[in-house]
Amino acid sequence: MGKISNQQVIQSLTLKFGDRISVPNEPFGLLTLETSVDHISEVLRFLKEDKELKFNYLTDITGIHFPEQKLSIGVIYHLHSLSNNVRVRIKVFLDGNAPNIPTATTLWEGANWMERETFDFFGIIFDGHPNLIRILNVDDMTVFPMRREHPLEDPNRVDKKDYFFGR
Amino acid sequence: MTNHPIFTDNDPQKETITLNLGPTHPATHGVFQNVLEMDGERIVSGVSTIGYIHRAFEKIAEHRPFYQITPLTDRMNYCSSPINNMGWHMTVEKLLGIETPKRVDYLRVIVMELARISDHLICNGILGVDTGAFTGFLYLMEEREHIYEIYEEICGARLTTNIGRIGGFERDFNDIAFAKIKNFLVKFPPILKEFEVLFNRNRIFIERTSGVAPVDPETALNYSWSGPILRATGVDYDVRVNEPYSSYQDFDFDIPVGTSGDVYDRYIVRNEEMWQSLRIIEQALQKIEKEPKGVFHANVPEFYLPPKEEVYNNMEALIYHFKIVMGEIDTPKTEVYHAVEGGNGELGFYLVNDGGRSPYRLHFRRPSFINYQMYAPMSAGMLLSDAIINMSSLNVIAGELDA
Amino acid sequence: MSEVKIVEAPPGIEGSGFFATSMDKVVGLARSHSLWPLPFATSCCGIEFMATMGSHYDFARFGSERPSFSPRQADLLMVMGTIAKKMGPVLKQVYLQMAEPRWVIAVGACASSGGIFDTYSVMQGIDEIIPVDVYVPGCPPRPEAIIDGFNKIQELVKNESLRRRESVEYKELLGRYGIQ
Repeated sequence: MGKISNQQVIQSLTLKFGDRISVPNEPFGLLTLETSVDHISEVLRFLKEDKELKFNYLTDITGIHFPEQKLSIGVIYHLHSLSNNVRVRIKVFLDGNAPNIPTATTLWEGANWMERETFDFFGIIFDGHPNLIRILNVDDMTVFPMRREHPLEDPNRVDKKDYFFGR
Repeated sequence: MTNHPIFTDNDPQKETITLNLGPTHPATHGVFQNVLEMDGERIVSGVSTIGYIHRAFEKIAEHRPFYQITPLTDRMNYCSSPINNMGWHMTVEKLLGIETPKRVDYLRVIVMELARISDHLICNGILGVDTGAFTGFLYLMEEREHIYEIYEEICGARLTTNIGRIGGFERDFNDIAFAKIKNFLVKFPPILKEFEVLFNRNRIFIERTSGVAPVDPETALNYSWSGPILRATGVDYDVRVNEPYSSYQDFDFDIPVGTSGDVYDRYIVRNEEMWQSLRIIEQALQKIEKEPKGVFHANVPEFYLPPKEEVYNNMEALIYHFKIVMGEIDTPKTEVYHAVEGGNGELGFYLVNDGGRSPYRLHFRRPSFINYQMYAPMSAGMLLSDAIINMSSLNVIAGELDA
Repeated sequence: MSEVKIVEAPPGIEGSGFFATSMDKVVGLARSHSLWPLPFATSCCGIEFMATMGSHYDFARFGSERPSFSPRQADLLMVMGTIAKKMGPVLKQVYLQMAEPRWVIAVGACASSGGIFDTYSVMQGIDEIIPVDVYVPGCPPRPEAIIDGFNKIQELVKNESLRRRESVEYKELLGRYGIQ
């Protein structure tokens, strides 16, 4: 249903970036590619400002944690080109001990709260973000709850006995 | 909380007042806080604080099997919970490659459009209450009771419906449900018209809402707005048309689009969307007549629980039942993103699956959360009462804001 | 004759021009039929409360015509919806600002015990921080259930002794929550 196809997007990207992005694949028709933290700003800027591709809508930014991998924390961007009706997913994996990545707020204002939420849950530092503080959790929380090692239940609760809840 | 602006403001020479539009609001908008610097009646700047109802949906979803995540999705946008349920089921069906029969699609469309009407009724009613007109809200709440009765007939619950299963519905719509839907299509339009007569050309309402908080399309797209408020600015982005799901391409409906993006345009867009939803429901009822009767779920025994009589008598049904409940079925180890048009905008589900019983990572792209981040910058320079109307026209549902 | 049911007068001695009964019965009768609620609606149960207040289930016929949003003027704190740990101090502050006599009704599973959200960020029941009088189970409870809970509060209010708020047990109860 799109005016340009995934193939054209892949061609434009590989023409411009070559081996700085991974080989793209398309799970369920959604073009997915991976890049590294040094090139993510250029890739996003190119996708947004290119006259043909016009990925002007930032759908979402989120994070993911794979503890067994070397680059364990990932940031995942979903972009959408409204005029061409094409979506793209970009993944960036970061070192778990120092997850820093440049911010996308210079390109889209809407990235502001999305990045705060990702910081709140995973501890990813977005360099250049105007106000990177916690947004959903309590302000004095020291851990990052969506990482895999953090438990779901509050261990200090008194009225529910873990034995009866199968844990 | 102690480094919150409301506590660090202690300069006695300051010319502005700090007003805490705190988490406990009058008039039911939900729990979010705005600390505003006011110069008299005009807002100079504001800081939004959310998270007062953060229930960690995404973390819970990593510990529950797929069919147990449906009640969680109910409680995100609780004014139109069937849309969330259907969106989640469609995400899982996309992952597993299940194709639902047409009749199931049409039944889903009926339920989703009823939910959309229900959501817009609350938003427009509350907008009326915030401008001071309480009567319209009472009339619309009565109509919502009729929608609740239809939900009860289909699934048993009023508000947090948990409608449907992966692959379809848990039971067919019975004759009483169809009769109630047809009755609703007859009785509701006059009430909506009466509400329009009260509000659409009402001079006080127009003066309160027209010209308040106009937004131009580039700013709205920059802030990733979606849904009726984006359409009020002039961008005709609707997920039902761009990427049709659940056979929406078979239906004939228009998308209302506004011009200036102010509060009046948002109200009119929601109103018109309700009329379009009624149109869609009528078409769906006619289309269902043509489909074979009695089909209410896809033929996927690996993911759809067999009926209890078969489980007790039939060996295969017993095995499938066991495998589904214990989560022993293999699922593809991949990721999927699916978006539906919720009451507030593009509701997206990003599911990363590792083949186990529960998802590895499930992220909800919540429209209220993303729409609301523009509120604090937008309210700079406005009068306080205009800012309140602006907030209620954004239709921020607290459950979806914090998830 | 009108169809409106009027409450029975309490037992007392009647004569021409006077009616003698005990003070706490009269005060209890008057209070229980004119409770002003403070709807502390956070999530889904709040929408069911809005449906209860609507014309179909009409909450106002029990005397709660004026839901007050200011704690100083409210009698009954209706906590409807999930209370997260971030919201706990706010709820406690609202409770402290209410004037005696005050009652609390926990509507819904989340307010009673945390509901389905057994997570790190949700308070497992508001009775961790404030004393609760009536719990209404349900997720969300039907409007009839909310009205039933409200009727139980009315029973409590009607039969409460006037000295209860100064009694030693009440002060101990508040002391357990750290409230003076």
